[in-house]
Amino acid sequence: MGKSLFEKVWEAHSVRKLANGQTQLFIGTHLIHEVTSPQAFGMLRDLGLQVAFPHRTFATVDHIVPTDQVSEPYEDPLAQAMMDELRKNCEQFGLTFFDRQSGKQGIVHIVGPEQGITQPGTTIACGDSHTSTHGAFGAIAFGIGTSQVRDVLATQTMALGPLKVRRIEVNGRLQPGVYAKDVILHIIRVLGVNGGTGYAYEYAGEVFDRFSMEERMTVCNMSIEGGARVGYVNPDETTFAYLKGRPYSPTGTAWDEALERWKSFASDAEAVYDDVVKIDAAEIAPTITWGINPAQGISINETIPDPSSAQSEDERAGIDEALAYMKLPAGAPIKGTKIDVAFLGSCTNGRLSDFQEVAKFIKGHKVAAGVKAIAVPGSQIVALQCEKLGLDKVLTEAGFEWRSAGCSMCLAMNPDKLVGDEVCASSSNRNFKGRQGSTTGRTILMSPVMVAAAAVRGHVADAREVFNVSSN
Amino acid sequence: MALQKILSVSGRAVCVPGNDIDTDRIIPARFMKCVSFDGLGEFLFYDVRKNLDGTNQQHPLNEERFNGATVLLSGANFGCGSSREHAPQAIAKYGFKAIIAENFAEIFFGNCTTLGIPCVSASREDIAKVAAAVAANPQLEVTIDLQALEVSFGGQSIKVTQRESARDGLVNGRWDAIGELIEGKTAVAATAAKLPYVAA
Repeated sequence: MGKSLFEKVWEAHSVRKLANGQTQLFIGTHLIHEVTSPQAFGMLRDLGLQVAFPHRTFATVDHIVPTDQVSEPYEDPLAQAMMDELRKNCEQFGLTFFDRQSGKQGIVHIVGPEQGITQPGTTIACGDSHTSTHGAFGAIAFGIGTSQVRDVLATQTMALGPLKVRRIEVNGRLQPGVYAKDVILHIIRVLGVNGGTGYAYEYAGEVFDRFSMEERMTVCNMSIEGGARVGYVNPDETTFAYLKGRPYSPTGTAWDEALERWKSFASDAEAVYDDVVKIDAAEIAPTITWGINPAQGISINETIPDPSSAQSEDERAGIDEALAYMKLPAGAPIKGTKIDVAFLGSCTNGRLSDFQEVAKFIKGHKVAAGVKAIAVPGSQIVALQCEKLGLDKVLTEAGFEWRSAGCSMCLAMNPDKLVGDEVCASSSNRNFKGRQGSTTGRTILMSPVMVAAAAVRGHVADAREVFNVSSN
Repeated sequence: MALQKILSVSGRAVCVPGNDIDTDRIIPARFMKCVSFDGLGEFLFYDVRKNLDGTNQQHPLNEERFNGATVLLSGANFGCGSSREHAPQAIAKYGFKAIIAENFAEIFFGNCTTLGIPCVSASREDIAKVAAAVAANPQLEVTIDLQALEVSFGGQSIKVTQRESARDGLVNGRWDAIGELIEGKTAVAATAAKLPYVAA
């Protein structure tokens, strides 16, 4: 009987069985940032413990950094305190820190891959639920809480029960103007906001075979929004080509050995899955959210759900609550919904190809009057790549502000926040109540090109019409 | 590390109804600008409990009759979203000792267990029974028995479920794995030695 990648990676990293039946799992790569690590270092000190494998923890700063100010001290003393704390902890315990002076700082889930730290057949943990992003490389990557950050620092392991594996195949061809973001929003819509609880998602099929690494990352990133703690794509030539020559990628004979090893982790053709879901790529349209969780999505040409047509009492209550918060009329087209802010960026869609795709279409267009539009590269390296290609100019000429790297308005722990009940067309990953920094702020999730279309029109629009998209 | 065996939790209860209550709602991100978990309790459910001017909104936790409740009741997919341990920490610092919900998001469930906060699941109908009894008499003592996997209240009882590894950890005083993980040091080194990317 064949095995899935999940089973193979799990077995290779299993240390032993624990008394409660869980597995002590070795975590090969630990990524940390300023928000969920300080308390873990505090616990470590309280217990008198050291970092067990300091060369396997990598730090960066992303959540709290202002994107319009690089010099310190930051205006927000709490943000500065978190920055100082991380710097101190990395120094004291001898950890690699991609600080803002390094030119390599950025959102932790963008930094890992671009440095070549994220590799196939490895286990990765980070105190952030979007750690599933790294699964794009055929790694098993877990979002963890702070006590588990402590566990990984102290032992390079954590206690975990195995997950079931659901293979999600997307076959056929995506229509022009349909992106990786639409694929994952569609998957979450179909399987539900908690449909993935207890599962790792294996994304496969012709669409994923053709996807670039950046597109795979966008999909894996949002696995948790469907309840799946882990999402991955089997490693292939696209993966290996991406990793070749990166700072932490193996070189010489070590590269050849790594390649053999990486290939061996891919799911066997005869692997048995706990569940298989098949989706026809042609059915996926540009998909956006209308509600207050990422499963509350519709295609751009659909109407906002009406509670009276709900299939269950639960669904009706969910629609009522969402529409009351979003102040959207039941049954009306989502197209035409006025926006106040456009946000391009985040660990979901803050990579080079996201800005390239937007720049390609927005050239010659202007952001509508009254819309605040910001573009936030996911890392300093992404920023530099964009600037070399002149994409920042294209965006600023169109009316976007070009910022420095960070999480920014995805969760608004820095100064980038919605005000009052502003509506934001956002390329980020969560539309929870208050997510973007205002307790009444409203978020509509969509692909970067759809954000650009909304910015240009001043309201939610079909990017295929706005930009005359005829080929991808 | 010897931990307390958590065999049961007893106390008054309060129901915060709704499905898909996410960790941003449990503790909004702006309150995570801190380097310690102390003081998070007062910000629990802050944006649905408080108006912008700091006055109270209508919320079960603002009802005086539920003050001092230590058991939290809720709906399906409780704790979805972010992995922030600030969410269970805020719940614990507020004074809650256990949660009964239809089901829980995965990362949140694990975070709670590691902090010794039992999360047990029950059917919607059964949770509604507890909630109704508590609404009628907020002083009612609700007891979660983790050995019998039963919740009893005012002469009634309902069955609950809990993932066996979590239940085992709680009732045997090994819900925080750190001690056991450290004990595995030799086996950890052996596993690490077999992983070329770790040794390199």
